[in-house]
Amino acid sequence: MSILVLADLHEGQLASATAHVVAAAQAIGGEIDILVAGEGVQAAADAAAKLDGVNKVRVADNAVYAHQLAEPMGALLVELADGYTHVLASASTTGKNVLPRLAALKDVSQLSDVLGVESADTFLRPIYAGNAIATVKSDDTLKVITVRTTGFDAVGTSGSATIEAVDFVADNSQSRFVKEELAQSDRPELGGAKVVISGGRGMGNGENFKLLDGIADKLGAAIGASRAAVDAGFVPNDMQVGQTGKIVAPDLYIAVGISGAIQHLAGMKDSKVIVAINKDDEAPIFQVADYGLVGDLFEILPELESKL
Amino acid sequence: MKILVAVKRVIDYNVKIRVKADHSDVDLTNVKMAMNPFCEIAVEEAVRLKEKGTATEVVAVTVGPKAAQEQLRTALALGADRAIHIETDERAESLAVAKLLAKVVEEEQPGLVILGKQAIDTDNNQTGQMLAALTNLPQGTFASEVEISGDGSDKKLNVTREIDGGLQTVALTLPAIVTTDLRLNEPRYAKLPDIMKAKKKPLDVKTPADYGVEVASKVTLLKVESPAERKGGIKVASVDELIDKLKNEAKVL
Repeated sequence: MSILVLADLHEGQLASATAHVVAAAQAIGGEIDILVAGEGVQAAADAAAKLDGVNKVRVADNAVYAHQLAEPMGALLVELADGYTHVLASASTTGKNVLPRLAALKDVSQLSDVLGVESADTFLRPIYAGNAIATVKSDDTLKVITVRTTGFDAVGTSGSATIEAVDFVADNSQSRFVKEELAQSDRPELGGAKVVISGGRGMGNGENFKLLDGIADKLGAAIGASRAAVDAGFVPNDMQVGQTGKIVAPDLYIAVGISGAIQHLAGMKDSKVIVAINKDDEAPIFQVADYGLVGDLFEILPELESKL
Repeated sequence: MKILVAVKRVIDYNVKIRVKADHSDVDLTNVKMAMNPFCEIAVEEAVRLKEKGTATEVVAVTVGPKAAQEQLRTALALGADRAIHIETDERAESLAVAKLLAKVVEEEQPGLVILGKQAIDTDNNQTGQMLAALTNLPQGTFASEVEISGDGSDKKLNVTREIDGGLQTVALTLPAIVTTDLRLNEPRYAKLPDIMKAKKKPLDVKTPADYGVEVASKVTLLKVESPAERKGGIKVASVDELIDKLKNEAKVL
């Protein structure tokens, strides 16, 4: 078994998701290489080399890989995939964008959002918004897999893998990066936060999301939102937790003014402890909440902030 | 420019699914089915491009059992001009669907192909990307905005994509493959006269064999189970009690 892990980058640095994907690779077993592709990614490569269990870091540092556009990234992965039995990436928007291209070009299926490894060819993955878990066996010669990072604990950082450059330069005349608008935040990354506090339609408007700030600061929490809150324009879409947004599994998840639709639960029901604050005591969110508090969030939130 | 839209028949998104007693799959007997929500958005976007004069013809295509023709009729009622049904009762995985769609692309030569970013049953999020790879076309996935600029050989497709952390805009050469995110548009409802008219629109029925594509996949579904149930918790009466429970019982503060 030899496994290639595509590293996740966040603003040029190694993203925390990569350490979880390496853990999934360890569960499969075998030699693990990491591919760091982008422009100006030496620091990310150095960080990847420190991850436990990694044999070798392969670095494709070239302008053509900047922003990890699907077309050149797909070509790069096809070039490198021979000799590996598995190619893994996190189920981030980059992993989801790029890996199916590799799979199709290699004429193999892809397994999405794998949250458990039974053996080198048998995996667990959620279907129907996480309302069922499928066990699937792949007889493809190359297994192409995206990993749900919340399913695997991150590996440590005491490794010292070797780093080598990849010479292959894909050419790309089809796609061009135009611009990026990233939401700025000092808070922890939603996917990796220990505590998440999310607001829903019950917040009323975007201004009221400020009521979550003080609590988030005191708890070191990331702030999320339901699809209803995003669709209503209260907050940007990258804060969305759910089947079509981010999947989180923090130690503590606080749902404020969120009814608990199937699509939202798909994104947070693996949290260790769930707290629901809602004025409707019939809201479905109370069926999954460990602690529920029925009441007006506009009274509860300031009180909670002052007492923490 | 011709636009090809791929749609999928799935369980209605409001239905609470049941796993079969023998754990072979999810039980779909007597369950309400509908067009996948992301596919509705794809149809809507294609129809809007036609209304703007950008598209000349919208062709809807699906891969699935006979009953999937209902979803094609829905697409026709929403404004598609004609439909292609590739009929199979086999469980068609993303790769097989992408291979079939690639054949349709070769035959129809559309200027743009629009798909949903994922189907809400398998949650794969693969078909559009695989189709782009197989047709050697660029891809704009998770689109929340599409805009066609320039003309002639300078024609470009600007796609704003929803990525982790925010938005990204890419410019693609045409033809291209686009997959839709939820915020791309608000799909319209089909009106009764349009539903009646849709019954007369052309619908071609084909089989995977017509395209020389093998639907069987090397991935086997061994088992489907319900996820671990969360135990219903307790309701607390006050903020003080909540903080106390989180500190002393759950120990998460």
